[in-house]
Amino acid sequence: MKRNSAAFWIAMALFLAAMFLMTQVVSNEYPFFAGYVILQFIVLAVSWSILGGYAGYVNFGTNAFFGVGIYTAVFLTKATGASLAVQIAVAASVGALLGLGVGLLTLRMQGIFFSIATIALSIVIETSVTNWRYVGGAAGIQLQRPPALDMFHSYLQMLFFVQAMLAVLAIATSRYIQRSWIGHGLQALRDDELAAECTGVPTLRLKLLACVVSGALMCAAGAPGAMYLQYADPSSAFNLNYSVTVLAMALIGGTAHWIGPVVGAIVLGVTQQLLAVTISSEVNVLVLGVMLVLFVVAAPEGILGLVRRVSGNRGEGRG
Amino acid sequence: MAADAQAPLLRISGLTKRFGGFTALDNVSVDIRPGERLGLIGPNGSGKTTLINCISGAFRTEAKTIVFRDEDITRLTPHLRTRRGIARSFQIPRPFRSMTVAENLMVALDFAAANEAHATAAQRRDTMMSILTRMGLASKADVSAIRLSQVELRKMELARAMATHPKLLISDEAMAGLSSSEVDEVLDLLMSLADQNITIIMIEHIMQAVMRFSDRVMCLDAGKVIAIGAPNEVMANQRVQEAYLGT
Repeated sequence: MKRNSAAFWIAMALFLAAMFLMTQVVSNEYPFFAGYVILQFIVLAVSWSILGGYAGYVNFGTNAFFGVGIYTAVFLTKATGASLAVQIAVAASVGALLGLGVGLLTLRMQGIFFSIATIALSIVIETSVTNWRYVGGAAGIQLQRPPALDMFHSYLQMLFFVQAMLAVLAIATSRYIQRSWIGHGLQALRDDELAAECTGVPTLRLKLLACVVSGALMCAAGAPGAMYLQYADPSSAFNLNYSVTVLAMALIGGTAHWIGPVVGAIVLGVTQQLLAVTISSEVNVLVLGVMLVLFVVAAPEGILGLVRRVSGNRGEGRG
Repeated sequence: MAADAQAPLLRISGLTKRFGGFTALDNVSVDIRPGERLGLIGPNGSGKTTLINCISGAFRTEAKTIVFRDEDITRLTPHLRTRRGIARSFQIPRPFRSMTVAENLMVALDFAAANEAHATAAQRRDTMMSILTRMGLASKADVSAIRLSQVELRKMELARAMATHPKLLISDEAMAGLSSSEVDEVLDLLMSLADQNITIIMIEHIMQAVMRFSDRVMCLDAGKVIAIGAPNEVMANQRVQEAYLGT
């Protein structure tokens, strides 16, 4: 267990070091442009999985959280000119509150009803933002990037590194939750909520916690997106594609273990970036759909389940 | 029974539960003494499981109708009642399907049985193994819960309930659908638990089991208590026979 943890933290430190080194030696902007998107999807898929995987509450409103993250940043930039760190911190707080709201939905709704309610939520928020003139309304808003910190050559490289740090934060959080009593309680309530409650698991509190953490991380992942594109408009910020893609990444990777969504996000994210430069970004949706169907039919437990089945030690792999 | 001077472990007084226009429980009152083995019988639909759901907290009830160890528990959520010492098994077993037998029990030990004796993870694992051994499930500890046979599932439900360290254990038809030798097996288990001073309410349709097990039997019909007392008396009761056999 302890050795595992040391290995994990060393891997995370090496990853961050490698990402930082990349910003120092690679001068071509494209790898950062594409890498940012993949990192962003890692954060989204990992945080989605905290609620959707561990607790089994399928949130279709990833786009709501992502969009709220973007628009929190837009609002702060316009109103106060706040720094990127402040934008992310405030977005995380707003996301936590939004997560709490979604968590209260779980009081009465389970399964498909919860999922539908989260779609409704994203539509309500998108409509509100579309009608909010101050942040540009339906036409969207242009943003000016401030100068980057001295150690980075460009703002894009800085955003890339920031998103890498968010990915480490999300992965560490998800890993901690899975291995702690919180994760065991969530697993119990996913299997059977009444039985969990009657076995002493505070199901409501755990669900709320999962919603808050998941929401905060998703909004935080969205916040740098405003400066990444230097532009925001409601229909792209709240695009339902985010929800579908993130869900597909988590399911294709496997939701039983924290590494599943990471693998899923890397595999699908890289595939999408390759397709976007070789064929067209329109093909992405098709490929996503086909892969999702293939996995649901052939490997319902995702890449993770596939690997376990092949290596023949199913039921292990905790930690 | 001479133990009337003792304070009841569980006091149910004037408990009524309605679903729309249907009265599932009608003014039910009963005191259950510490260490007692109470058999709860009644025809299908008489309100037995509803009563269990009210006690364990799945259903809300009027204030002060359920008092456990001198505390009104009607406003407590099920998990808080479990932590106070009320455990239950389910009529249709509800295992945590993605977990092994051992992990099923660990949920109970991690969340409900927090006390000095279970401070460390190692202590909790020891308790888990000793419960499994007592239940005859030690060899199944690392087996996935979905691979268990029906009788093993029933035992695991009881084991998981035991792992919450209960003062009151409610067994909801733990023997339904089992063969007669399996019934004896589960009954012996329940008897051995009762010997450790755990109060047990047993819902059961198998009469030999009820007769052998119970200190007292309570019979419900259409939400009302129609008889309560020594097993023989209740069985001989005219209204109980009518309820079971039809007039």
